[in-house]
Amino acid sequence: MLKIHCPYCQETREEEEFHYSGQAHIARPSDPDSCSDEDWGNYLYFRKNPRGRHMEMWVHAAGCRKFFNVVRDTITYEVEQTYLIGHVPRESTQ
Amino acid sequence: MSQSNRIPGGRCVDYGSEINFRFNGRPLTGYKGDTLASALLANNIKIIGRSFKYGRPRGVMSAGSEEPNAILQLGTTPASQVPNVRATQQQIFNGLTSRTTNGWPSVDFDVMSLIGHVAGKLMPPGFYYKTLMFPRFLWHTYEWVVRRGAGIGIAPTEPDPDRYDKINRHCDLLIIGAGPAGLAAAHIASRTSARVILMDEHDKPGGTLRYSNDIIEGLPGIDWVKQITAELNAAANVDLLTRTTAVGYHDQNFIVAHERRTDDLSDVAPVGFARQRVHRIRARHVILATGAHERPLVFANNDVPGCMQASAVSAYIKQYGVRPGNRLVLMTTNDNGYEAAFDWIESGGESAVVVDIRTRVNDELLKRAATAGIRTLTGSAVFEVKGKRQVKAALVCGLDSEKNTLIGKDETIPTDIIASSGGWSPVVHLSCHTGIKPNWREDIAAFVPGTTNQKMLTAGAVSGDFSLSAALSQGASAATTILADCGFDLEDKATISCQEDTVDAFQPCFHIPHRKPTSRSPAQFVDYQLDVTAAAIELATREGFESIEHVKRYTALGFGTDQGKISNVNGIAIAARSTGRSIAETGTTMFRPNYTPVSFGAMAGRDVNELFQLKRYTAMQPWHEQAGALFEDVGQWKRPWYYPQTGESLQDAINRECLAVRNGVGILDASTLGKIDIQGPDAREFLNRIYTNAWMKLAVGKCRYGLMCGEDGMVLDDGVTACLADNHFVMTTTTGGAARVLEWLELWHQTEWPELGVYFNTITDHWATATLSGPGSRALLAELTDLDLDPTNFPFMDWRQTMVADIPARVFRISFTGELSYEINVNANYGLTLWRRLIEAGEKYNLTPYGTETMHVLRAEKGFIIVGQDTDGSVTPEDLGMEWAIARRKKFSFIGKRGIARADCQRQQRKQLVGLLPVNGDVVLPEGSQIVFDKPHQLPAKMVGHVTSSYYSAALDRSFALALVQGGLDRMGQTVQVSIGPDAWETAEITASVFYDPKGEQQHVQ
Repeated sequence: MLKIHCPYCQETREEEEFHYSGQAHIARPSDPDSCSDEDWGNYLYFRKNPRGRHMEMWVHAAGCRKFFNVVRDTITYEVEQTYLIGHVPRESTQ
Repeated sequence: MSQSNRIPGGRCVDYGSEINFRFNGRPLTGYKGDTLASALLANNIKIIGRSFKYGRPRGVMSAGSEEPNAILQLGTTPASQVPNVRATQQQIFNGLTSRTTNGWPSVDFDVMSLIGHVAGKLMPPGFYYKTLMFPRFLWHTYEWVVRRGAGIGIAPTEPDPDRYDKINRHCDLLIIGAGPAGLAAAHIASRTSARVILMDEHDKPGGTLRYSNDIIEGLPGIDWVKQITAELNAAANVDLLTRTTAVGYHDQNFIVAHERRTDDLSDVAPVGFARQRVHRIRARHVILATGAHERPLVFANNDVPGCMQASAVSAYIKQYGVRPGNRLVLMTTNDNGYEAAFDWIESGGESAVVVDIRTRVNDELLKRAATAGIRTLTGSAVFEVKGKRQVKAALVCGLDSEKNTLIGKDETIPTDIIASSGGWSPVVHLSCHTGIKPNWREDIAAFVPGTTNQKMLTAGAVSGDFSLSAALSQGASAATTILADCGFDLEDKATISCQEDTVDAFQPCFHIPHRKPTSRSPAQFVDYQLDVTAAAIELATREGFESIEHVKRYTALGFGTDQGKISNVNGIAIAARSTGRSIAETGTTMFRPNYTPVSFGAMAGRDVNELFQLKRYTAMQPWHEQAGALFEDVGQWKRPWYYPQTGESLQDAINRECLAVRNGVGILDASTLGKIDIQGPDAREFLNRIYTNAWMKLAVGKCRYGLMCGEDGMVLDDGVTACLADNHFVMTTTTGGAARVLEWLELWHQTEWPELGVYFNTITDHWATATLSGPGSRALLAELTDLDLDPTNFPFMDWRQTMVADIPARVFRISFTGELSYEINVNANYGLTLWRRLIEAGEKYNLTPYGTETMHVLRAEKGFIIVGQDTDGSVTPEDLGMEWAIARRKKFSFIGKRGIARADCQRQQRKQLVGLLPVNGDVVLPEGSQIVFDKPHQLPAKMVGHVTSSYYSAALDRSFALALVQGGLDRMGQTVQVSIGPDAWETAEITASVFYDPKGEQQHVQ
């Protein structure tokens, strides 16, 4: 059970209020129709599965309904930081 | 002979209050404060259970939660049965009924023990896997015998009469374990205003002080405990929870604790009490003061009743006033072990012999033993136990630790109890729950908690320092550090003094060799609960299971409900030696929650029966109930399923309701459909991107059916969206998809197109919807509204704002039945009124209420899909024959467009939605039935699709179905075989998916 800081509500709340929404920073190709099958396949299906620092998207489903980004360590489950969509994470302090 | 082993002086029992209880039908007595285990030992009951695999007699081994053997079934009634209760943790109360779980037909004569005795050697690890596999059809028989023989407790057969609670809690400091370390920490914290929770799994705090001879602050340990406990109980900021086990340690200091509030009082909780509670605690800081478990040594027949942990002997004597025999043989690797022998003699035991595996022992200690009349044998070991149903004698001889062999002559020492102490294993379990591996420390031959990222400190024996002074000082300093970190003021840093003997180094030892090789010696048990022997572990490593995780799974080491609390390290040590590695290299298996078993009742809490799941009702619910509707669960919604009249079967009612809609007029409560209000200057553009079809030209006052796909091109949801104003739309979704679709819209808006000015809001609950459907619906609606219903002025797929039955309403002329339909939406507060007025006015039109079942039949007759029933996430709009809903020429590459264009979505022979007409029109094909093209000659046959929707149609006077069939759209008129049971087939013809009114004249009716 994680505790997650919602950057919109400015509140640290229990995981129960949030939904996980997959890897962050995956941009939709600007011209899907001229995308090769391979590129489209990569966009659709291929995701990182790192040991350690992972940038992912969560939504405050039972709160403000806003999507935001989380940097989470997949080994320790530590939430390093949360930040707004369209922003980049701060450098890791570790 | 009542309580023949009872002696005076037990610190925790009240000799004045006798308690009557039963064990395997036998009436027995004990005293208030006894555990079931201490009361059974007091009554000289040695055999408490039979072992899991070999059916060997087993007795009490320990005095705490690490107990592997004394696991009983409790409960007087079928409803109050509790399996898996550790007798060492269960207090007795008047009327307690306990039974052995293992042992069939009885604990004294056990069928499995015959197998164990005769075939013990023939049942190596993996025996069941290796032997009972063939012939395969007999497995069910084997399984019955094995399970019956093994006996794993009985689940209650009636509803639990008790209530359970869950609590969410927060604290600055959570202290787990109220032994000396935990108490010292709490003592410090109680002087601040920090919010503190202190918990202990036993009925009283004190840990080892409950039975030790330690002196703290000039007081006997137990008196110091009482003094501190009184202080803590008086402190407003400390919550002291006993009989509360921290069972799980999760990320970010989230601890789950299981509190047994009334298990010590009665069979069923007293009125007004929750029997157990689960505390869900978010702690700023944790002090882990869980202590250590004493490790017994492994030697031949070390499971015969009468073999115990050394500390357990002390616990029973000092805590409970029970000495389980007269003569004691005690084998030890350390100075601590001697305490049990001193306690034994002090309590009046006839004789005690200490067998110390060390050759060099502190002279003072030996002198003290001699003075007490205790015989000591150094450099020696007990290598075998004599006796079958109880310990009769110990076989002792010299031990060459370096060569790991026995030396010298055997001596047989008659005895009642053989206690052993192989050192202490810190209770690291909780520290491992967050994925941290414990570290092996060679100097103390034990695992200690690994470095963690949790805000947690350890104190006392769990940290690997087993002295009392260390426990007290570490407890105090951990609390001081944490309180300072939290910003609480500490006035004094008082230290707690204690008297302590110096303790000599112990000698690591796990497994005593035998005269015979391990594989041929009498069984040397490592894991008592699952009957894993030293020989089995060695065999496992010989068979190539080198990783300790594999050894665990092959032998079942540590798989029991005790999670191998006292067996784990011994097992690892034996595996390490037999693979020629160090223990550090061998490592340990994972410890996972829960630390001790938690009852389902406690996990469920109040979320049972009526509170199990939220129920959602529409505004019209009172009318539906009055009308005798039966209800169907649709997500959390309760929807009217059908309205049976007297004597009607389900099919009768459906037929009547269907025909009423087709020929007259029916009314459906459609309030549960998901409704999303979409506003903003770019609302239209947004719809255009999210739906597959075109939205730019939808005029105000018009509605349109929309199909939504995922990026992979698969159908996600569908529904009708109405244009209220140029910048205002109302989208409807499937009943079950409402929340998911809203999140989907938000996702795209927030992450990809934040530049679009568009806002979403859920209005599902704000509106109530009554749908009139059937050729008579226009005449009926006209009775209640001034709206011009003339079809040229209010055509199909239009909506109007108007008054219906004097209530402001949005009326949509859309249809899910294929008949002329009006969906009347009003503020949910007026829903019931609207419904009643419609029913009233409908009387002369024979208005028939219909439910979801009829709705399903009617829509299927028209080939209208239900997303999630006729689709399963692998179906494209083209597979559904809905190319018309794909606007490929839209400027923006809408969600799903590129996905649909993938080669796999365009290939031939995809499964496509078609109609099926069973040749025998009386047969309704079961939904989900698999389809093949020809009756197969051989199984498994290649399946080419399945039935998605199937009903009997009153309008068609025959059965029909929708199905996904490979290349189905090109196979019109061909037949397929539908599997409707083992070797039972039904022939059906592939048809178009629209069965009724294929031209759609009914819904456009003028």
